[in-house]
Amino acid sequence: MSTYANKKGFGATIWDYLTTVDHKKIAILYLISGGLFFVIGGLEAMFIRIQLAIPNNDFVSAGFYNEILTMHGTTMIFLAAMPLVFAVMNAVVPLQIGARDVAFPFLNSLGFWLFFFGGVFLNLSWFLGGAPDAGWTSYASLSLHSAGHGIDFYVLGLQLSGFGTLMAGINFLVTIINMRTPGMTYMRMPLFTWSTFVVSALILFAFPPLTVGLVLMMFDRMFGANFFDVAAGGNTIIWEHLFWIFGHPEVYILILPAFGIFSEIFATFSRKRLFGYSSMVFATVLIGFLGFMVWAHHMFTTGLGPIANAIFAVATMAIAVPTGIKIFNWIFTMWGGSVKFTVPMLYAVAFIPTFTMGGVTGIMLASAPADYQYHDSYFVVAHFHYVIVGGVVLGLLAGINFYWPKMFGTMLSEKLGQITFWTFLIGFHLTFFIQHFLGLMGMPRRVFTFLDNQGFNAGNMISTVGAFLMAFGVLVMVINIIITSVKNEKVGNDPWGDGRTLEWAIASPPPFYNFKQLPLVRGLDPYWVEKMEGKKEMTPAEPLGDIHMPNSSILPVTIALGLFVAAFGALYHMDDKSWTLPIIIVGLLITFGSMLIRSVKDDHGFHIHKEELMDDKDKGGKA
Amino acid sequence: MANEQSNSANPNVDLKYRRKKNAEEMKHQVITFVLMIFFTLLSFAAVGIEGFSHWFIKPVILLLAVIQVIFQLYYFMHMKHKGHGTIALFLFSGLAVGLITVLVFTTIVWL
Repeated sequence: MSTYANKKGFGATIWDYLTTVDHKKIAILYLISGGLFFVIGGLEAMFIRIQLAIPNNDFVSAGFYNEILTMHGTTMIFLAAMPLVFAVMNAVVPLQIGARDVAFPFLNSLGFWLFFFGGVFLNLSWFLGGAPDAGWTSYASLSLHSAGHGIDFYVLGLQLSGFGTLMAGINFLVTIINMRTPGMTYMRMPLFTWSTFVVSALILFAFPPLTVGLVLMMFDRMFGANFFDVAAGGNTIIWEHLFWIFGHPEVYILILPAFGIFSEIFATFSRKRLFGYSSMVFATVLIGFLGFMVWAHHMFTTGLGPIANAIFAVATMAIAVPTGIKIFNWIFTMWGGSVKFTVPMLYAVAFIPTFTMGGVTGIMLASAPADYQYHDSYFVVAHFHYVIVGGVVLGLLAGINFYWPKMFGTMLSEKLGQITFWTFLIGFHLTFFIQHFLGLMGMPRRVFTFLDNQGFNAGNMISTVGAFLMAFGVLVMVINIIITSVKNEKVGNDPWGDGRTLEWAIASPPPFYNFKQLPLVRGLDPYWVEKMEGKKEMTPAEPLGDIHMPNSSILPVTIALGLFVAAFGALYHMDDKSWTLPIIIVGLLITFGSMLIRSVKDDHGFHIHKEELMDDKDKGGKA
Repeated sequence: MANEQSNSANPNVDLKYRRKKNAEEMKHQVITFVLMIFFTLLSFAAVGIEGFSHWFIKPVILLLAVIQVIFQLYYFMHMKHKGHGTIALFLFSGLAVGLITVLVFTTIVWL
């Protein structure tokens, strides 16, 4: 297996990515597909803003608007933000803890392909009779009565990609618990690894309720069950609870990795140890814990009663405490540091006030009596875009800029990056700040048009202009990526010059086995510790030896493909078509056949031999 | 991996210490086993003997059941041994999430 250095043709590269189990390549797959869905979701957002630019607009019809709106939310949360988060996690976490790969490389690949086919399935609804149109929350009282197959695409597509997410979460949990390099204790893990750890636990506990909800919805819609049908003795509120028991942790699943990325960036570019590391860890765990006790604040107006509302309101406000701890720690990290304003740092600095504004409106919404006023208005829309775009998207943009050299070995242009940053940030505030006031003035959310002379005209126009600025920023970023990739100027280990954690101690991009010898960690920010002692590289924790690597496999693709095929059969089965049952059977045969091959065929992987590793000039002294 | 050295499963190391440990373990398991049988008999007795009210029987049986689960986890499934901290953490946080959900569903969904 020493052919890895050979130049490959295009077909071979495609095959390589289809069969890869390498966490770094899976990260790139997540990045590409997440980026693609981000663009699709962004286009849907642009259509929404064009429709709402002027009163009584007829750019899209009411029904089509519902579909765009639903797919914008669903795509952005499940198919853009989640995979982009996983892209950064896959690219960085194994390197940060000094591991050669994740614990289950095969499962990692399977998780990606399940997500990918689920996402494609969901988006094919556009071409197959209409997309889901009951909002990304798909409340049962609405979605059970939705005509066509839109909601069925939603149910089956999310079920598929949910499997993938659950696998990825479990994989990271096992990786972080078991595969840390010698000396990497829990309290020496970088904050991004910590947030990945907590997020994976949240995924483990939050996705099963979604799965249950989707299964019940599937039975209601496809097999005539009555779990949510009030007229038949069901209870429509159960869906709302199940959805939000998943849905609220989900927003922490998205934001905590962004917090982790920002923590790394603040420490790196302030050239200072993260202020209050242990309190940051504590706050991350506490946010994860409290995230499970607040879901009913999405349902204050459902009629839970004053006692339940009060309990959930107080629990929600409690979350502001650990979040506040984090905000102050970031500020104190910068305080007295020698701050360098690179593009990732610009995002990080801009994130603090932006996210704080989203947090403050969150507290406003958390007080149940006031929520009756804000409910279902643009105030809510402004709030969650401030936390999701101002937190998660800024975090992902910062993370992609920050880790781009580690993933691809090239530096994105700082100048174009700054253009993206400023247009995106200004565009974002232009779009969403005014929506607070539109909401307070009474503009309802999820409505496809508004009347003239209600005072909404100017605000909506400003909002649309801001949306175009954001789109321009993203376009510049795409151009930046293309230019950088064409130029292909390779950089060294530590292109930012101030790397603190293990990932900056190895080449960019890292060799496929990551660490020739597992590094010895001697403190928090291990690479920084070594640098401060005048060393250029990590001390190895083990003698140079053979490295055991997993084999590539096409089976993850076929397993996911089989379920994708079966999902089409299941979707049309309720139409009493004769071809659906064979399709289901064929799909499941592909899936279970692939699983059988995986189980029966012994696959012990391969070894990279010591002699091959010693070829280098450095004689294996480098960790 | 080639560089990992593992000797913890070697039965010839510290034979005497291991013997003693195992004997102690066995004693614990026998005691908990006897207690669990006893609790089960108690539960049957509580239902079988007339004169106890429902308000007494139900909590007592539930309490005995919880104790039995703890015995099962800690003595028979070795959770009291070292290195099970993470497992316990995830088990109990999963339990907490599940119980909160059940609690909410029984109190505010089906009034």
